[in-house]
Amino acid sequence: MTSGPTPSQTVGPFFHDALLGEDRSELVPPDHPRAVRIEGTVYDGAGEPVPDAMVEIWQADEAGRYADPTDDREDLPHDPETFSGFGRSGTDAAGRFSFFTVKPGPVPGPDGSLQAPHIMVSIFARGLLKRLVTRIYFPDEGESNGGDPVLSSIEDLEFRKTLLAIDEGGVLRFDVYLQGDNQTAFFEF
Amino acid sequence: MREQGSDRIVDARQETQPPYLYPDYVATRLRAPKKPLIILPRTLSDTTGPAFGRGPVGELDNDLTRQHEGEPLGERIIVTGWVLDGDGRPVRNSLIEIWQANAAGRYIHKNDRHPAPLDPNFSGAGRCLTDEEGRYRFVTIKPGAYPWKNHGNAWRPAHIHLSLFGEAFRSRLITQMYFPGDPLFEHDPIFQSVRDPKAQRRMISTFDLETTQPEWALGYRFDIVLEGRNATPMENHR
Repeated sequence: MTSGPTPSQTVGPFFHDALLGEDRSELVPPDHPRAVRIEGTVYDGAGEPVPDAMVEIWQADEAGRYADPTDDREDLPHDPETFSGFGRSGTDAAGRFSFFTVKPGPVPGPDGSLQAPHIMVSIFARGLLKRLVTRIYFPDEGESNGGDPVLSSIEDLEFRKTLLAIDEGGVLRFDVYLQGDNQTAFFEF
Repeated sequence: MREQGSDRIVDARQETQPPYLYPDYVATRLRAPKKPLIILPRTLSDTTGPAFGRGPVGELDNDLTRQHEGEPLGERIIVTGWVLDGDGRPVRNSLIEIWQANAAGRYIHKNDRHPAPLDPNFSGAGRCLTDEEGRYRFVTIKPGAYPWKNHGNAWRPAHIHLSLFGEAFRSRLITQMYFPGDPLFEHDPIFQSVRDPKAQRRMISTFDLETTQPEWALGYRFDIVLEGRNATPMENHR
């Protein structure tokens, strides 16, 4: 029997048919009354767009509940049939990805704290031997962002700001910089 | 401030997982982040994860030899194993997606320029859910090695890509399964980016006579261990 975790390896350049055969970029229909469109571009260390990345998201529903049986907070309204909380988008030739979703509610954090509404993000690409993990926070949640334990753990304010989407009038922009002075903040577990 | 315990965790991780920057794999040079990673506390956001019911998975999706009129060329193989969490518990009803080159070492992908033949009877993509005991099984053909432009005369060892979700956001894994005894291992920077020989061995399937079906297909075993919902990293390294 194998002992120890299986190492990660790059997704490579040829994953599209297997992983993007079905469009999973719309967590809600675009005409959903509270649909939020998130758009972004992935850039490499030379400032060039990354045309062969895959971006996945995982988030709670509008009430702040995850579509997972271990989130057993029965008091929150919940319908995993209509909102799976999972999305996947490839990047196009210009490095762009996009999602239609709803803003998640706040979710519990460590030691009784509350986390501001956020979306978990995984980024896979050729040249990434393991995924990158980041988070999207919402620009209109100033107060709740201020009290978020994860955002607050990043002392460099400019670095912290890389996790905030930018409101471009109806569209939320979340660009990802893999490297460089304006590199996005990435997490490890 | 980091406690001594979490330093040990990071050290243990580095033995198993490749670094982001591995200069011999040229594409990492402009894509690896350089700023320090931020430690994410364990919360519901990452101890939960997406579930995929039977819905998207068709009956024949795990048999890559039966997706077309005729059978693909190449050596027919069965690939099977367990998916376990860090505590050795089976990961049930969990989605596995795979993709691979054909027997000649060619992907159906539009950007694959390797002048090897495409096989009209092979698309090279499959998926399945693990069963109630955490087992999975694919029928496919053995992929060929193929050249890439990382360095002069660079060839990838034969491999199958696997994408797994496990039971939580933090257990998400994309990896590659290799075949035993491949002479290209020592020349391949993607394989070599995992430095610990014990961890390297966990990426290599084993030939299995029990899985092999007489007069029909060779069998390979490949067990996969994901990080569990609750397991601590140190427990993963027993």
